[in-house]
Amino acid sequence: MNNHLALSDDILMKIEKPARYIGNEVNAVYKDKSKVEVRFCMCFPDVYEIGMSHLGIQIIYDMLNRFDDVWCERVYSPWLDLDAIMREEKIPLFALESQEPVKDFDFLGITVQYEMCYTNILQVLDLAGIPLLTKDRTEEDPIVIGGGPCTYNPEPIADFFDIFYIGEGETQYRRLLDTYKEYKAQGKSRQEFLFAAARIPGMYVPSLYEVSYYEDGTIAEFKPVSPELPSTILKEIEMNVSDTFYPMKPVVPYIKATQDRVVLEIQRGCIRGCRFCQAGQLYRPVRERDVEVMKQYAMEMLKNTGHEEISLSSLSSSDYTQLPELIDFLIKECGPRHINISLPSLRIDAFSLDVMSKVQDIRKSSLTFAPEAGSQRLRDVINKGLTEEVILNGAALAFEGGWTRVKLYFMLGLPTETEEDIRGIAELSNKIAATFFETVPKDKRVNGKVQIVTSTSFFVPKPFTPFQWAPQSTKEEFLDKAYLTKKAITEQLNQKSIKYNWHEADASVMEGVLARGDRRLGEVILKVYQKGCFYDAWSEYFKNDVWMETIEECGLSVDFYTTRERSLEEIFPWDFIDAGITKEFLKREWLKAQSETISENCKRKCHGCGANRFGGGICFEERTDA
Amino acid sequence: MKLRVKFSKHGAIRFIGHLDVMRFFQKAIRRAEIDVTYSQGFSPHQIMSFAQPLSVGHESNGEYMDIQVNSLVSCEDVKNRLNAVSVEGIQVLSVIELPEDATIAMASVAAARYTVAFREGREPKLDIPNVLTEFLAQEQILYTKESKKGSREMDLKPGIYELNYEPRKGFLMLLDAASGSNIKPSQVIEALLANYGEELQENALLVTREDTYTNIGSEEEPKLVPLDHPTLTKEA
Repeated sequence: MNNHLALSDDILMKIEKPARYIGNEVNAVYKDKSKVEVRFCMCFPDVYEIGMSHLGIQIIYDMLNRFDDVWCERVYSPWLDLDAIMREEKIPLFALESQEPVKDFDFLGITVQYEMCYTNILQVLDLAGIPLLTKDRTEEDPIVIGGGPCTYNPEPIADFFDIFYIGEGETQYRRLLDTYKEYKAQGKSRQEFLFAAARIPGMYVPSLYEVSYYEDGTIAEFKPVSPELPSTILKEIEMNVSDTFYPMKPVVPYIKATQDRVVLEIQRGCIRGCRFCQAGQLYRPVRERDVEVMKQYAMEMLKNTGHEEISLSSLSSSDYTQLPELIDFLIKECGPRHINISLPSLRIDAFSLDVMSKVQDIRKSSLTFAPEAGSQRLRDVINKGLTEEVILNGAALAFEGGWTRVKLYFMLGLPTETEEDIRGIAELSNKIAATFFETVPKDKRVNGKVQIVTSTSFFVPKPFTPFQWAPQSTKEEFLDKAYLTKKAITEQLNQKSIKYNWHEADASVMEGVLARGDRRLGEVILKVYQKGCFYDAWSEYFKNDVWMETIEECGLSVDFYTTRERSLEEIFPWDFIDAGITKEFLKREWLKAQSETISENCKRKCHGCGANRFGGGICFEERTDA
Repeated sequence: MKLRVKFSKHGAIRFIGHLDVMRFFQKAIRRAEIDVTYSQGFSPHQIMSFAQPLSVGHESNGEYMDIQVNSLVSCEDVKNRLNAVSVEGIQVLSVIELPEDATIAMASVAAARYTVAFREGREPKLDIPNVLTEFLAQEQILYTKESKKGSREMDLKPGIYELNYEPRKGFLMLLDAASGSNIKPSQVIEALLANYGEELQENALLVTREDTYTNIGSEEEPKLVPLDHPTLTKEA
């Protein structure tokens, strides 16, 4: 507990939600700073309510605080109101627990979950008084270390980080911190420490790597500055997922966070191999957690937090082999305690509908399907193993069970997409509505109608997916596609039952630039930040024109990063990162996509992605018909 | 069984708003494994009623919330369990059992006692001890309430039950806190300063609610007692 606050009462009374900045939450960890050797500040560069909803930070926070010699604290992006005050009054950014300046810490760890938060990283560094560029930092500054999915292509933000930790956090932090302590004790310099860190598995120290380009802007060569350093960095992975760090006492915010519930991560990885999905490739191989361990975690975390809801987390919960047993257990234990069970990422079938009818109010809940593409042809291209038959059967079952609301998610701009595929979105929406009228007799229809909400997002190709070679659509193409979808929906017989939503196209284009970007974009990110851009992930604060004009000022082109078709031989900015899957496998999948050939899921068949090198998980289980 | 929980709120926690304090207690009750009663229906919630919201930034030694439980070891047990899972800054001071037909906390609030001090450097020039008697002797104590709909003049006098000033401690006041006629401490001080041509500076007050009261007398002859008064318990 800390009653000394970094912000004065005057400021706290003036700003929105002062509870974002005072720490002291249930399960927040307080230590005697004179008794620890390493001060670590963990940051999610977005507003508190979003950052506090992130499981990864809670895992690392818990793990680091289990080390007696380390005190890990938290910091989030101050909201715009406080940001302005801190600049005006020159208040340095502070950690929530000790309320002490972040600049005085040994480490600032930043999780990078989405591209549009890159300017918020600079906001955090800037408010903390830490030089934005790694080259300008001195012995007085914390070591700035990044992690999370976006760091699998760290190049656009390479100038701002001292180290990137590639992969899962459970494995190498202890070694990194021991090295730090050792170097500090010996009075060695920051540079010496970074050089040592770069030889720890999973650690990428961008300042120790050089990149050269061909005249056309593609990469000629990427190499370490010293032969003592690895030329590729293999991701770290926790293979023993049932016996590792997990936060039994997650921090419970006072204000309502986006995820105001216990999160139980039942497995990592996904067997499905959808070709657009980055997470499905990055987190291979699939590793399931032991169901008995999950039961025990669930009860302990509910007891320690007092949350009224528990949610299962995974990329595809239906593929967890012990799901029925786990759900039976949760229903039995949570029911009498009035704890809700939330089951995202479930495939709609008889089993899941039965479960959902037990844990949700059917009248209030809606069914979610993510066909992602409107036609079977395009679903085969993206390897989304969901057929129209399965969707319509699932919908019919659900309508019989009393559901009347359906949400459908699609992507526009997928590789090889034609007008026919787009019209397929409208036709599938229509068929689902028709299924309702065929399945439910008139006298049994609640309010007499069915509600279909069809949403489209714009496809952004991501590194380490088979679509990393694919051209992205332009903004104009995106908007034309959305218009065509809208028009096709209005032509449907059941159009009155279908509501259509689509996203803004500008941010998707920028996300595409940053996702497959290179080091030269560091200058763009720095400049747009200096021109006042941050909170770009919030559409109301995203200033597309500033980004566009700055890209031009820096002599770069949007099209180079987005619409350009990449050759199979091209060296990508992220090729020196080894995510466990081989580039050869991704190439095979890219070619199969173009020939509209599916790849069966990992449980049925191994496609030799390369993840079996980690020596565990699904790669070593018997193939089944899942 | 109906229980009334009295708690204090101090330190950094004063910046947690009322709705979040409710959420805090809902979770604390589950952590403490108190056998709380839930409402019926598909989305049941804990049966819980707070006496009166406390403004953000104020501290308190006398907040109240009523809950219902299905079983009870003892009031002391509930108090100890809640304190074991609470945060520093929110402390449960007492738990009493109410009769089954007791009026819920919210509906029974009649008054609240506050101590109010000026922040250093934000004291008014007014010689308060010298004018207070005169100020209170007025027939009406007018205060202009500004709201979105415009300004409205109200008379604070009937709702000021006690108003004293001690130079070192600040104001001690007992004010009407019933819903509909509630008076804020800042309104009284604003009216006082306005009366002598001065304005209250921004964020000038340090406010602590000392206790919350109910009326066990009649409307004509009120008798104000704290919400955990022995006469309100089940045994009484």
